[in-house]
Amino acid sequence: MKFKDLTEELSLEIRTCRDGLRNDITGAYVSDLLSDVMGNSKAGEIWITLQTHMNIVAVAGLKNLAGIIIVKNRKVPDDILQKAEAEKVTIATTPLSTFEAAGRVYKMLQ
Amino acid sequence: MALDIENPIEGSFQIIGGNFDNAGEASSQLKNRLLELNVNDDIIRRATIATFEAEMNVIIYAAAGRLNFVITPTQIQIRIEDMGPGIENIEQAMTEGYSTAPEWVRAMGWGAGMGLPNMKKNSDVFKIDSVIGEGTTIEMTLNLT
Repeated sequence: MKFKDLTEELSLEIRTCRDGLRNDITGAYVSDLLSDVMGNSKAGEIWITLQTHMNIVAVAGLKNLAGIIIVKNRKVPDDILQKAEAEKVTIATTPLSTFEAAGRVYKMLQ
Repeated sequence: MALDIENPIEGSFQIIGGNFDNAGEASSQLKNRLLELNVNDDIIRRATIATFEAEMNVIIYAAAGRLNFVITPTQIQIRIEDMGPGIENIEQAMTEGYSTAPEWVRAMGWGAGMGLPNMKKNSDVFKIDSVIGEGTTIEMTLNLT
């Protein structure tokens, strides 16, 4: 499954690095604790979170994650979007809650 | 597999306490060097986790610090020295889930008491030394062979 296959199902708005929509998604990781994501997520997974600060870009980049989905349409500050664009990290927002977003991704990955 | 390099590859980074925006710079540089050297993915993954957590701890707790890494044909050596408050009880600090991070840092998703355990888990040799009121030094080694 590609990142772009989630666009409609999760009503995603792509905020940075559209190229990343071509990324293959091998799974998803759901957590708002950054050390947890750092330690336990795997390359190629999509990360679902409500965190919107600068460190999410570094974590996603260092772990080679497929991209970040920010839940509940939380506002992502401009400097973070710029950093993500520069580091080629795809950030998308969804109006869905973490529970709903994760549920839909899970179903699609089955 | 030992790396085919003539001289050790070194990196040195100044880390400023409280500067969350630059977090990950040292880790990212180390990761790129290792990628260039075609180091095994799993070793890169572990080195990156260990280095990033070390960077974060300096940013969260210390006034400033320095991170140095040396890549030799057989090892990655990472040393982080900070000017911070020091750790009173290292055994307790090494316990997963234990943290002294302030509330605002926890709200960012840090301070879950996973940093030091993540560093230890992902390195082959882990040494920590701390003096109250002076700072903390961590040395980590990852074997390449």
